[in-house]
Amino acid sequence: MASKVIHALYTDDDVLMDAVKKVRAEHYHIEEVFCPFPVHGLDKAMGIPHTRLAITSFMYGCVGLIVAIVMMNYIMIEDWPQNIGGKPSFSYIENMPAFVPIMFELTVFFAAHLMVITFYMRSRLWPFKQAENPDVRTTDDHFLMEVDAGNHDVNKLTSLLGDTGAVEIKVIDKEEDNH
Amino acid sequence: MYTLSNRLRLFSIILMVVGLVGLVIGFADRPGSVEEVKEMMAAHDAHGSGHAETNDHGEDAHGGDAHYEHVLHQLQNKPWASLYIAAFFFFMIALGVLAFYAIQFASQAGWSPVLFRVMEAITAYLVPGGIILFVILALSGFHVNHLFVWADPEVVAHDKLIQGKVSWLNGTGFIIRAAIFLGGWLLYRHFAVKYSRKQDEEPQGNKWYKKSFKISAGFLVFFIYTESMMSWDWIMSFDPHWFSTLFGWYVFASLFVSGITTIALITIYLKSKGYLEFVNDSHIHDLAKFMFGISIFWTYLWFSQFMLIWYSNIPEEVTYFITRIEDYKLPFFGMLVMNFIFPLLVLMNSDFKRVNWFVVMAGIVILCGHYIDVFNMVMPATVGGSWFIGISEISAVLLFLGLFLFVVFRALTKAPLLAKGNPYLEESKHFHY
Repeated sequence: MASKVIHALYTDDDVLMDAVKKVRAEHYHIEEVFCPFPVHGLDKAMGIPHTRLAITSFMYGCVGLIVAIVMMNYIMIEDWPQNIGGKPSFSYIENMPAFVPIMFELTVFFAAHLMVITFYMRSRLWPFKQAENPDVRTTDDHFLMEVDAGNHDVNKLTSLLGDTGAVEIKVIDKEEDNH
Repeated sequence: MYTLSNRLRLFSIILMVVGLVGLVIGFADRPGSVEEVKEMMAAHDAHGSGHAETNDHGEDAHGGDAHYEHVLHQLQNKPWASLYIAAFFFFMIALGVLAFYAIQFASQAGWSPVLFRVMEAITAYLVPGGIILFVILALSGFHVNHLFVWADPEVVAHDKLIQGKVSWLNGTGFIIRAAIFLGGWLLYRHFAVKYSRKQDEEPQGNKWYKKSFKISAGFLVFFIYTESMMSWDWIMSFDPHWFSTLFGWYVFASLFVSGITTIALITIYLKSKGYLEFVNDSHIHDLAKFMFGISIFWTYLWFSQFMLIWYSNIPEEVTYFITRIEDYKLPFFGMLVMNFIFPLLVLMNSDFKRVNWFVVMAGIVILCGHYIDVFNMVMPATVGGSWFIGISEISAVLLFLGLFLFVVFRALTKAPLLAKGNPYLEESKHFHY
């Protein structure tokens, strides 16, 4: 099934922000906005729900902490206990201060790396991935807003987009399975 | 303009009176002789019959009266130590706010000018608090009480280590240094507030703002040196044999986080009374971020100090932590929970930092935790194993809390709550996250 979308290009992030707000106020659906750099507040203006990345990060940190505890307990207490600095207590809790740096580092390591990997997967980025942005100028100095034309009156929508300061407006028939 | 309500004034005066009466009772209750200590301990032993046997055994080991005399000195020190802790704790809150205020100017921060009048009011406590602390320090430095062992000539005569430090640790030098520290801080406070008020009257050209910037930058250099020396003098010298090279930073983290927490608490209080309508959620959020971050910074320094000493296990260093873990187990580990684990978990979530009652709850726990932190720094060397949270500790806190509230809220009435001449005011008003 083919769906009709409109691509509106902008050359300024402030103009883009105002345009996004206006288009949403008219109850059109913005599918995606492609930008050459992150625009502060754009996610809120587009009405995208708040990211849950922080929650996953917290959980990954907890995993890292547990891995560190289990690992140090196995290495230093169970498998090969050593007398370091006259502290041969062979008890995890009594030697705990020595393991705190490792616990801290692995917590940060797990939280950071797994969060980045999650972010890539969530953003549908992986090796050999074809670029999704429909216009190469969005990697340089243009902003592109993709609005779902759906059942709306295309002429009305294009004139609205023109009023918001778009420098170029294109109507595209998009194949559903092209990515 | 803020007006001090009669209820708040009465409340703070009642706190002061109750605290003062309690302190007088605490001082009067001190045992005067070895016999009284024996009676007190006998009465105490009678309560817990299970302890009686072990205590009989202990008495023999200590060899009679020497032990009781030791306890007598500790108990005679106790009201002084609790007075000192409370005086220092509330002073350090005001000092932390002063440092925070100077950083806002030196970094030309755009988010915070709407909070400047709150900060200025809190630093007003530096004047009475500093004078009281100076008097207590002078009494201690010249051995009117027995808080600092290095101030006792008899102890110094038999102690080679302290003899080596006499050129620094002596009553006269101690008082001169205290005067320089306090004098410098009060001087900065006086001029910073004066320039801030002048900037409101004539904002054209930002003449007074530029002056504020310059003295703030200069003050911060002065402050970080004097704060470090202050921590050696006023806290670390309780254990004159022991030393730690990051102690100044450690005390700084403590006073900084207490100061920021107090700014947040007073701001939220004023907002709840309908003042500070220009302060929004994002300002509270930023203060809570600082509370969270500096709490973790404090833990980092605490742990850095603890782990190296624990690991190397050198007798003259590790004794500091052994006394604390053996005699002060609950406050020592309880403080870690209150100052690290609690703020870490409560303030981690971004949304919770904008919920006022969450910030207030976390703030109260952080302030109590840092009171216990100071308690742990002062008590083991002055009172030793004979500590307990009694009438003198609670009264001292009430007395200085009352004085603090009275001075701070009276200072709030002295100027409009908005520093309207500040060049970053518009940015601060529209600050959003």
